[in-house]
This record gives sequence, C-alpha cells and structure tokens, in this order.
Amino acid sequence: MAQFMTLPDAVAQNLKSGDTAAFEGFTHLIPHASAHEAIRQGIKDLTLVRMTPDVVYDQLIGVGAVRKLIFSYAGNPGVGLLRRLRDSVENGWPHKIEIEEHSHAAMANAYEAGAAGLPFAVLRGYKGAGLPSVNPNIRSVTCPFTGEELAAVPAIRPDVSFIHAQKADRKGNVLIEGIVGVQKEAVLAAKRSVVTVEEIVDELDAHPNACVLPGWAVTAISLVPGGAHPSYAHGYYSRDNASYIAWDKIAADRDTFLAWMKDNVLDAKPEDFADRIKHLRSAA
Amino acid sequence: MSDNDFTSNEMMTIAASRALKNTDVCFVGIGAPSAACNIARLTHAPDVTLIYESGTIGTAPNVLPLSIGDGELCDTAVTTVSVPEMFRYWLQGGRVTVGFLGAAQIDRFGNINTTVIGDYDAPKTRLPGGGGAPEIASSCGEIFITLKQSRRAMVDKIDFFTSFGHGEGGDHRERLGITTKGPTLMVTDLAVWKPDPVTREFTVVSMHPGVTREMVQAECGWTVRFAEQLEETPAPTGIELKTLRDLNARTKAAHSGGKSGEAA
Repeated sequence: MAQFMTLPDAVAQNLKSGDTAAFEGFTHLIPHASAHEAIRQGIKDLTLVRMTPDVVYDQLIGVGAVRKLIFSYAGNPGVGLLRRLRDSVENGWPHKIEIEEHSHAAMANAYEAGAAGLPFAVLRGYKGAGLPSVNPNIRSVTCPFTGEELAAVPAIRPDVSFIHAQKADRKGNVLIEGIVGVQKEAVLAAKRSVVTVEEIVDELDAHPNACVLPGWAVTAISLVPGGAHPSYAHGYYSRDNASYIAWDKIAADRDTFLAWMKDNVLDAKPEDFADRIKHLRSAA
Repeated sequence: MSDNDFTSNEMMTIAASRALKNTDVCFVGIGAPSAACNIARLTHAPDVTLIYESGTIGTAPNVLPLSIGDGELCDTAVTTVSVPEMFRYWLQGGRVTVGFLGAAQIDRFGNINTTVIGDYDAPKTRLPGGGGAPEIASSCGEIFITLKQSRRAMVDKIDFFTSFGHGEGGDHRERLGITTKGPTLMVTDLAVWKPDPVTREFTVVSMHPGVTREMVQAECGWTVRFAEQLEETPAPTGIELKTLRDLNARTKAAHSGGKSGEAA
C-alpha cells in the first residue's frame, strides 16, 4: 500500500547507488523534483532507463551519477542535443557512460513486457536498422506459428521507477491524465515506485477508463506541486519552453553547468518547484 | 516581403504539404515535417489524421508544437493513447499510411542517420538517436522525407543506418522481408525528388521556381540524377503562404510569450 512521505524520505528509502532506475515521462509529467532529490542525496552509479532522456537526465549524467543509460531518443525536444550527454560520450567528462540504445517501439514493448512479468518483448522492428549491430540485447525470435522472424529485446525491470502525476486520493490511488506515455508500464515493471503529485484530494473523480494506478501498486507518494517543471502537468501548468531553450546554453559549458546545478539543485529543495510554475499556471 | 515573394524554406514546407491527402493517416516527425503536415491540414486536407508519437491521434494544433508531446497536441486530439499502444496497435498494426520524417544525414536511397556522426563507439557528434524512426520507416505504408539541402546532410555514405530506406537500392526492402513501400518522396528547399522505379535512387522530378540543376547539385553530396521530364514546382499560392505565415506567427508568439527563461 502506498505510503505518504516527504520526497527526501521517499528517495532515501527507495533508491540507492548502483540501482537501475527509471524517471519516466514522455515529454509530459517528467519527474524533475525526484531526480533533483536523487542528485542532492549523492546517489551514484545508476543505470538509468528512459525512452526520451532530456534535460533532467543531462543533469544526472553531468554530475556523474550515471554508469549506464538505456534509452531510445536522447535530445532536448525542439531545441537540440544534450550537451552533458555529449560531453560524457564524446569526451569522457565527468566519465564515459555506457550506452544501450533501442528504438521507441522496442523500449515501449520492453516496459510492457516488464509490467506483464515476461522475460522479453517481441516486435516487428529494427528491419534494416543499424542498432542490432551495436546493441547485443537486440536479438530475434522465430514465430512458432508462421515462421516469421521478429525482433526480441529483454524486458525492462527497474529496481525503482519514479513518475509525476496530477493527483492522488487519500488512499494513495494515483490519477495520470493527458499524454500518459509509458508511466503506468514503468511503475508496474518496477520492484518499487515513487510517485510525486500536484495535489492530494478526497476523491479522484476519474472517468471509469482513466489511467489510475491503485494505491496498493505504488510504494511511496510525495506531494510536490510543480514537481514536473520545466515539463508540464496537464490541467495544472504549461510546459516552460523558455527553460528548455535556456538549458542549451547552461549545459554548453562545464563551469556554467556546475554553477547552475549548485544554485538550482544542490542548494534548493522540493518546495522550490511550486514557485517555478507560478507564472505557468492556468495557461495549461 | 510582398505577397508574391517566398523563401526557399516556405517553398519546401508548402511543396511537402501538398503530398498529403485528405484520407491519409500520417505519423508526424517533429520540425519541418510537423509544419508541412499542419499546412496540409489547414489548406487542402482538413480531414487528414495527424499522429505524433506521444500518443496523440487526430490532433489539430493551433500552433506548432516545440516537442512531440506539447499539451496542445493532447488538447486538440481525437484521443490520446499510451506510448506502447501507439507503437503496437496503431503503427505496427499497419494503420498508418504515411510516415513523415526529417533527417540529419541521408543518402541517395533514402536511408537516414540521426544517431551519430563518426564511429558509433567513439562518435565525433552524438546525435539524439532514432526514437520512433526505425519502425516508422518499416511499418508506415510509405515514407515522405523533408529536409533542407546541404552537403553535410545529403551524403554519399551515411555514418549509421538509423532507419532503413531502400538500403542498397533495387529490391533490398523485399529481400529483408519489408512489405511497405519505404521512401516515395523527398522534398527539399530546392526540389522534389522521387525514387527511380527500378534502382530506387532518389531522382529530381521537379525543381522549385528559380532553381537550377547546378544549385541542386551544389548542395548535394552525391551526383544528382534528374528526370527526363523535369518540371517546375508550382509556386506557393496566396492562401498557402498566408496559412504558413499565420501559423509561424502564432507559434512564435505562443513559445516566447510571458516565460521566465529560468531553466530547472
């Protein structure tokens, strides 16, 4: 059953150095506050999983918290490349991370297989593509019924998945609305899960077919209004596009990056996120 | 700029938009394809179904999204599905007629690289990677490509096969068991290209107004083939230009207005 606790407690109890962790969000509801808390707690040697690593994974890589990245698209959406990731892969700063690269279809299928308790995912994919030649975890299986050769990738089973959602009720049931991405699968595929929410309410008041995670399927819930910023929370606040654009300059230089991390992450706290989205509210 | 003047980028977007039919179901790549697809929807193809890989199906954004997951796409969609459903049921299930892609690097057979420049293990430039492209390229009924021409982008040999076009040409797709058509159209800022029916090499079939063969060749890294019946791309109409400029103005206002610029 989901336990309500502060974000520092939720991270301390569920994430340790060396874990495989997913901070999921497909361009929406990205759990920035949780990742910042992980950085503040000095957690290292992580294997990070995410379909679309963007600004917050750039930050985790840049502070040296990451050993390996499993992903399918690593960019600053609509802006460009991830400069801290590039510095790690191209120049080994602060160290060279290991990379396991897939396509979106394979990652989505692999999360679903993890949630379904299967050892691997099967898809009609990667035909003619170069990734199978550089990623030994992309293999093939033959359909026992038709003989068709299909791609196979291992299921994703994180030690812990972090997501951000709109709201939880007092029993810990979580409602996710808008672009739901792969968050439900990420939580159900993981051994433990931490959900930050915009608000805690008496009633979820959800449509019968809404994307709801029952409280008994979630490990910990923390109230962190604004916890997705500069990503957005549908119905609460809009995406801070200017921050994504600004990140490109901040991340371009190692010293600028480190100074920004000190001011905005190391010397900050989860409660600061509420201020960061004040000017973005109601426009959502 | 008078109503009759247009830039090469505007010509590219408008020429690309004309390729989409009202009945198409189109998987939209971000950037240049996104603008073209929405111009199609706002002009001759109001009922075209636009799908972005964030799971938004039948979306009709009022401004162009900065990312494939902007809230605008969800707000205006017929429905928004999970990402696994998007890729399994809708894309792999064969319900998408056109995939519209951009490219960082492309060769004459429509093979695309958005993964690395240089060696994969020690890249000169680490690019974002394929995202949805590997399966978009094989599962959509056909592929349209749009990009601005340059010798850096249009190369003799790509550094990495992010997504497969016609491979080495000819029947290479069939030999790999791929049943979809692959790249059938490429629209650049200078010309419209279609694959040769036999070799599958992209061939210029139409040049935009004012463009010469030399200009096309100057910005292409391989020796360009031109069709025997070379046409001139019709110039943008007043309605097409106004629609595109209005969309760009709305987009610019929406993405720059009232934001702090403080990243987090």
